Amino acid sequence: MIVPFSHVMILSGIVFLMGVFCAVARRNLIMILLGLEIMLNAASIAFVGGSLHFHLMEGQVFALFIIAAAAAEVSVGLALFVCVYRRTGSLDPGIGE
Amino acid sequence: MTLYAIIFYLLAALIIISTGIAITRRNMVHVVIYLVFSFFGTAMLFYLLGAPLLALLQIIIYAGAVMVLFLFIIMMLRVEAPEISMFPFSQWVPAAALCAASVVLGLLLLIPESQLGKPLETAIATPSDFGFYLFKRHWLTIELVSILLLVALVGAFHLGKSKLSAKSEDPS
Repeated sequence: MIVPFSHVMILSGIVFLMGVFCAVARRNLIMILLGLEIMLNAASIAFVGGSLHFHLMEGQVFALFIIAAAAAEVSVGLALFVCVYRRTGSLDPGIGE
Repeated sequence: MTLYAIIFYLLAALIIISTGIAITRRNMVHVVIYLVFSFFGTAMLFYLLGAPLLALLQIIIYAGAVMVLFLFIIMMLRVEAPEISMFPFSQWVPAAALCAASVVLGLLLLIPESQLGKPLETAIATPSDFGFYLFKRHWLTIELVSILLLVALVGAFHLGKSKLSAKSEDPS
């Protein structure tokens, strides 16, 4: 007996909100990508919890695909940031203000 | 409260505290280190929720490969922290408030479900069961994901190389 399913979902929601804060408030492109990682992590917590709750393995399969998609996204995103840094000399998303 | 519940709450506290510290640091290297702790906590949570293979993959891919990639880029670009590390409140609070509202609404949608208060039973999907299930039912998706990773590799290579090759072709 672990905890009720709602507690897993609340944990996932809190972590997701932290990721949103990191993605929208921090003034750094790398922090935005890290915020996306935190949000994907929260989603996979919800999927694995749901997999245990409904006794279906689909949730774990989805968490695996989330990990793969996150790895692909990070590699392309960081290559883009290197391009941005070469072009503008900074990683500040609000540089035009 | 069983032992599993105590472990769950400890892991939840570890994840929330380390993520909360991570998103407020100014030094990017510290951010990455705290996020590694957070992902380790998530991996242990996956093990608790009966997914040992995913726990291993979380440690290997997320806490290992992805975070080390971030660390490489941070140290390669030598980004100096800007004097203002956050946007002004008026810019990001509406977006964050909308997102918080939708998360709360999503949690409220869960309340009418009947067996929500029942504690989760422990179960485990052994790695061999999981692998058989994955390749029996989702083999096409596995192939698509492998193509996605290949495309990401080619795209990252192209993005990283394009500036150099343009410079070598055009000496002016």
